[in-house]
Amino acid sequence: MAVTDRRPATVALLWMLLLMATGAHGATLPEDKVDAFYHRYEGGGMTIDGPSVLVRKGAGNQVSFSGQYYVDSVSAASVDVLATASPYTEERTEYTLGADYLEGNSILSLSYTNSSENDYEANTLYLGISQEFFGNMTTLTIGYARGWDTVMEVGNDSFEEEADRQNYQLGISQVLTPNSVMGLDFEVVTDEGFLENPYRVNRYVDPSDPTNYLYQPERYPDTRTSVSAAVNGRYYLPWRASVKGSYRYFTDDWGIDAHTVELGYVHGLGPNWTLEGGIRYYSQDQADFYSDLYDYANSQTHLARDKEMSTFSGITFSAGVQYQWEQISVPGVDRLQLGLLVDYLDFDYDNFRDVTASGDYLPGQEPLYGFDAWVTRASVLFEY
Amino acid sequence: MRAASMRRFLPCVLPVLLLAGCSAPEPWVKPYQRANLADPVMLDSRRGEAGNYIQHVYGARESARGAEGSSGGGCGCN
Repeated sequence: MAVTDRRPATVALLWMLLLMATGAHGATLPEDKVDAFYHRYEGGGMTIDGPSVLVRKGAGNQVSFSGQYYVDSVSAASVDVLATASPYTEERTEYTLGADYLEGNSILSLSYTNSSENDYEANTLYLGISQEFFGNMTTLTIGYARGWDTVMEVGNDSFEEEADRQNYQLGISQVLTPNSVMGLDFEVVTDEGFLENPYRVNRYVDPSDPTNYLYQPERYPDTRTSVSAAVNGRYYLPWRASVKGSYRYFTDDWGIDAHTVELGYVHGLGPNWTLEGGIRYYSQDQADFYSDLYDYANSQTHLARDKEMSTFSGITFSAGVQYQWEQISVPGVDRLQLGLLVDYLDFDYDNFRDVTASGDYLPGQEPLYGFDAWVTRASVLFEY
Repeated sequence: MRAASMRRFLPCVLPVLLLAGCSAPEPWVKPYQRANLADPVMLDSRRGEAGNYIQHVYGARESARGAEGSSGGGCGCN
């Protein structure tokens, strides 16, 4: 029995020896840089914008430190908010501190993130190791993240709940030919604790009310486990351009299955310009316990009417441009790059109805909801 | 019985044989052949942190999560 228990570890050790023996020294730390951008999301009654600044600085040849400051300023009047509450504004601030350590052809990464809102606090610790081997044609990345969230509610000081999250990540990047590379990603995420939103509600039929329905608080399961697997490929085209494609499958124990397909094209224009365009399609099935309208109050153990739990699909069209100076005459700056990325998102829901639609509708007969949004990012990046 | 023993034994022996150089495949794309792969048009990292931001947008609006190579906490959703 004891021999059987040791066997997987022995096999893993032998394979690791093989990988290290066939590897070569080639991993490199990221460049020292300042990477800042302004982001803006506008659509579906929501406006979210703010800055992000990341500074990365090496210490010697083996260590690189990074720090990031990020803000979401939220102005919310989405369909969920308008149905039962008043528009509001809030701000989320996020700080990340990270360190990368290079040893041979391995990079060990550690980071800590704190995200803070007036009603939500999230702390995340990430540990990852990336190893190149097989003549640097293969890169294996293993990651683990642990998150501790505290959920609060504005106007209810006695309310405070916890949620713990764990992510297990495995990624393999493989050079196939001098012009093509492919990747495989696999991730398991587990959540435990208070996973619903304390402000959100769901509705049920009640003929005694003039609207024929009433609202009740949502009630999610207190655990969730999801698995996602993705494959992607990229090919270099002879006129200094590239095409890429990816597919991701997602499933979880709430009954949600999702598919994501993405295609992209990048075009180099002279030594300075890079243009890009892409399209992404996403679709998902509803959670087992989701309903737009329950038959009566507390009709089942778990209740959710979040549109994110419904059956829906979304399409994104994206475009971007970058301009870079490699030999810039600013002292201490090796490279300067300006960038603009614009995405147009369009979501259509199959079983989430718009209760804010004007008109006289019976419950469950309202038009289906849909919205579109623009996402814009303007960036400045310089390496030093 | 013998086949079962071989199945248990093989994963241990195979790496040793490969280490001994019996049949290990050689890397077929040499470092000097990777100029195209290192071109910014082949790398998502050319966009910097602004490129990763879109995953945050999707994470707040879709149930699917993971396998996109990023991590973090909290959300600016609702």
